[in-house]
Amino acid sequence: MSRPPTSDGSTGSPSGYVLPAEGLGELFDALVRRGYTLVGPTVRDGAVVYDRLSSPQDLPVGLTDEQEAGRYRLRARPDRAYFGYTVGPHSWKRFLQPPERVLWRAVRDGDGFRVEAAPEEAVRYAFVGVRACELAALAVQDRVFMGGSHTDPLYRARRADAFVVAVQCGQAGATCFCSSMGTGPRCTGGYDLVLTELLGGEHRFYLEAGSPRGDEVLAELPCRPASPEDRQAADQAVSRAEAQMGRRLETQGVRELLLRNLEHPRWDQVAGRCLSCGNCTLVCPTCFCFAVEDTTDLSGQVAERRARWDSCFTGQFSYLHGGSVRATTRARYRQWLTHKLATWWDQFGSSGCVGCGRCITWCPVGIDLTEEVAAIRGSDGLRSGREASGENP
Amino acid sequence: MSSLPLDWSVPRPAVVLRVRRETQDVRTLYLRPPEGVWAFQPGQFNMLYAFGVGEVPVSVSGDPGHRDVVVHTVRAVGAVTTALARVRPGQVVGLRGPFGSGWPLQEAQGRDVLVVAGGIGLAPLRPLVCGLLRHRHRYGRVAILYGARTPQDLLYRDELQRWRARFDMQVEVTVDRAGPDWRGNVGVVTRLLPRAGVDPAEVVAFVCGPEVMMRFAGRELEALGVAPSQVFVSMERNMQCAVGLCGHCQFGASFVCRDGPVFRYAEVRDRLWVREL
Repeated sequence: MSRPPTSDGSTGSPSGYVLPAEGLGELFDALVRRGYTLVGPTVRDGAVVYDRLSSPQDLPVGLTDEQEAGRYRLRARPDRAYFGYTVGPHSWKRFLQPPERVLWRAVRDGDGFRVEAAPEEAVRYAFVGVRACELAALAVQDRVFMGGSHTDPLYRARRADAFVVAVQCGQAGATCFCSSMGTGPRCTGGYDLVLTELLGGEHRFYLEAGSPRGDEVLAELPCRPASPEDRQAADQAVSRAEAQMGRRLETQGVRELLLRNLEHPRWDQVAGRCLSCGNCTLVCPTCFCFAVEDTTDLSGQVAERRARWDSCFTGQFSYLHGGSVRATTRARYRQWLTHKLATWWDQFGSSGCVGCGRCITWCPVGIDLTEEVAAIRGSDGLRSGREASGENP
Repeated sequence: MSSLPLDWSVPRPAVVLRVRRETQDVRTLYLRPPEGVWAFQPGQFNMLYAFGVGEVPVSVSGDPGHRDVVVHTVRAVGAVTTALARVRPGQVVGLRGPFGSGWPLQEAQGRDVLVVAGGIGLAPLRPLVCGLLRHRHRYGRVAILYGARTPQDLLYRDELQRWRARFDMQVEVTVDRAGPDWRGNVGVVTRLLPRAGVDPAEVVAFVCGPEVMMRFAGRELEALGVAPSQVFVSMERNMQCAVGLCGHCQFGASFVCRDGPVFRYAEVRDRLWVREL
């Protein structure tokens, strides 16, 4: 559950503390002692991914990332920063809504069958290094999986247990636009602890708790009360990130803009570049669609139902007796973008986009949604000339 | 460790009591409700599971007054529906539901009723017709217009004949194409609309069929003076979870499984004309 912000957004909160960089391991230890499985950023295959962590040395120490549309590279930093990069291809949804899981098993029983609930691993995660845009994404997925008439119990259980260690961004990437979406770069709530990494002078973290659980953990750390200078340095770090924001999306009236331009020629134009690969939906921290798949073992005696991340860019996604409702890439890209920025509001009362920029970076052909929206805005009302199928029934 | 079943995802076994052959590729299954009795609203659907093959949404086709049987009419189109169409009495299928919105028959009380069905679209409308015949005195004039591809594709033949024999209901049937022995109407079902003896200002229309048919039926009804708010359609999309979580059935902002399948035509009219939405 997201918690109310503990501060008014300024870092002048009197509850701030300072943890020397060498003390980060003590935070890890305190969380492990409480039975949490630590997950957070680590380097794999040349990218920062989220996986199990055993010590601060598993973090991408001294590395940063360079991101552009369709491009991602890790580079060495001149310092030993633990959190000196932005977001990579993974997001926290992989721990709350696993990419693939068994929902139940059924065994043949005479003429019928007997359903057995699949045992699910009870894991208490501590998420280490959650950015402001990701806190916003967690809140968006909370509304999807816990806010409606039917919920996902696995998501709910893991979410309620998860200990969230947020990290303020000290830099923004070239594909970041959280400030346009009103989700960052400053973390203002929804965490148990929030860290700001301070690199000038003594390498240290400025720390605040955002929940009683956070207070308890904080009390065990070798912290000292923050000085006004510490607070100012923390505040400046986030302001620096804000000033570096690489992209911008004009959100004013974007829902109405897209919904009145469903036949805009820009959809044809982007379809000429889009590979319909689904990368954008997999890296998106809010995309929630899943496929339900039924299988049997070789004997045909044991059946299984699985849930697996799905993408609205596949033909199967909209399959309806013998064909796809969205047969063209034009229709699929339009579905994705209009869902994210327009119909999400109708469904869940917020935007489905948090401005993290992952879909821009990880698109193999560098399609940039901020550019697509700007293009449609620039020629609002243009129609591609195609009309709905006019054949008689 | 702890088991966290997604209870809405678990089908319950339902024994097949009877199978009726409707057409060459359409069967009507009569199932014993897993809990003995059950209730649904006309227009709602269930998820039917063929063991190990998969699960599909199928609208309920039974009489809502009969609570001891679950009736589904299935056309064999894909792997799952083919498996379902092949089941025999005594075998078991999985069932979960009912899901979604129903036909708001109460809105038609004291008014004329027009039922427009195309092909397998008669299946979700049959419970509505059964329901209104049970309380026939509550409604004004009643007309059913039904179109099928060929005379061999007509569903519920015996029942259609019983309905036609009534003096308190108009039943018109048309086919797209027919051999020389067919003496009935030939042509699309929307051509029958002007012949329905109902008052456009007083009628409530319930429409189900292929999307293109519903699109034109809506347009024709509007042209005849029927308000779009007095017309209801039943939409179809890929449905996998049936509870508005998996995302497949989105139709604009609507999750068809949860917000539909029955929609007020006024609400979806514009979307029906957007290709590949």
